[in-house]
Amino acid sequence: MHKYANPNQFLRIANPILPWCAWLAGLAIAAGLYLGLVQAPADYQQGETVRIMYVHVPSAWMALFVYTNMAIASATAIIWRHPLGFLIAKASAPIGACFTFISLATGSLWGKPMWGTWWVWDARLTSVLILFFLYIGYIALVDAFDDPTRGQRAASILALVGAVNVPIIHYSVEWWNTLHQPASVARMDGPAIHSSMLWPLLIMAIGFTALYFALMVVRLRGEIAAMKVRNVRLGQVQA
Amino acid sequence: MSAARTRLPATRKRRRLYAVLAGLTMLGVAAALVLVAFEDNIVFFYSPTGLKEKSLRPGQMVRLGGLVVEGSVKKAADGVTTIFSVTDLNQAVQIRFTGLLPDLFREGQGIVSEGTLGPDGVFTASSVLAKHDENYMPKEVADALKKSGKWKQPNATPEAGK
Amino acid sequence: MIGALGEFFAMGGYAQYVWPAYLIAAAILAVLTGLSLRDLRHQEATLLALRRQRRGAAVDEAQG
Repeated sequence: MHKYANPNQFLRIANPILPWCAWLAGLAIAAGLYLGLVQAPADYQQGETVRIMYVHVPSAWMALFVYTNMAIASATAIIWRHPLGFLIAKASAPIGACFTFISLATGSLWGKPMWGTWWVWDARLTSVLILFFLYIGYIALVDAFDDPTRGQRAASILALVGAVNVPIIHYSVEWWNTLHQPASVARMDGPAIHSSMLWPLLIMAIGFTALYFALMVVRLRGEIAAMKVRNVRLGQVQA
Repeated sequence: MSAARTRLPATRKRRRLYAVLAGLTMLGVAAALVLVAFEDNIVFFYSPTGLKEKSLRPGQMVRLGGLVVEGSVKKAADGVTTIFSVTDLNQAVQIRFTGLLPDLFREGQGIVSEGTLGPDGVFTASSVLAKHDENYMPKEVADALKKSGKWKQPNATPEAGK
Repeated sequence: MIGALGEFFAMGGYAQYVWPAYLIAAAILAVLTGLSLRDLRHQEATLLALRRQRRGAAVDEAQG
């Protein structure tokens, strides 16, 4: 029983937070949509297409945030052989993959009218595409073995190895000439976005973060239940 | 007895911790080496200065990026070819492009074009992409900034001026 | 009829880029949420059924 005592303990804290996260996500995303689509002004250069930013940028932030979480959780799973770390990583992977895909797709829809192309192989776009493949690779690897612990270990190592990509994505726009512009919010000299556009962006980001935690807890509960089902079945076979 | 029992898994955990840290460090170093080695391929475009320093095979496709020089945009006699210059505030290169320009193309804007450098020093582009900077603001704010003289020329290319 | 609403949906002529961006994001997040909840319900139902079955077997054993 002690094998999943810790995930259970985690759920004792996470379960009461879940409805709050879900409500916060719903409210912040609704507010963000209203502010971004209706209240926020058009950009002086990019006109109305700038509204794509309110889904594109928070998704891209989540893509990196979720992967960072996944890598840390995988590291604890490898070092302390802790089932919770692995389960958090496994629960996070599909969410991160979805956010990454959204940022790629919306970026493409933004790039066509503004840059004049759906896609370029510059360092930023390419490194984010690699991030998407890392997520997909993790999801594929984690269930690829008959022995679940082998899949766990292989996938956790992949998650850790892929972590080098996270700083590369962040700094790609500074280190190399890219078509993608440098960061607007995470800058040393403060955001380069007018406050009327920054607020909708930050509120949307809060909404996406809350959504991630809510979905992660839901998926984590699913993973824990699946693990218990496996253990019960294993017990039956042995008995 | 119990101390020995707790120490054994602790050292094993510590060994795994060190292995993970060492592995990540090596990976970071390897990634940095690879990125430095392939820098030339990762760079998406060259500035006019970079292009002139680079020895190109005749007809070699490269990307050239810079700011469109104010007052340099001209339509050729055929009506579909645009001739303009891009600059990194150091050197300038003339570009000839036949086709549809992106919505953001305008004087002072950062652009990236792909094409070949002719022996006459004119760059014949097969595509022109617009690059925008990281500044976002409503039109009224931009106008007010320009009026009050606090407007900074947006530096659309990070390499510009280097 | 190009009122304020029509202007809003036109997105300054960029409707074909802005709206698909929002629709794709909404669709993906909705499907992800739906699948996550469905999977949780499915696993919990399976677990409950297995436990009930096992408890039944234990009772049978005790009685037999």
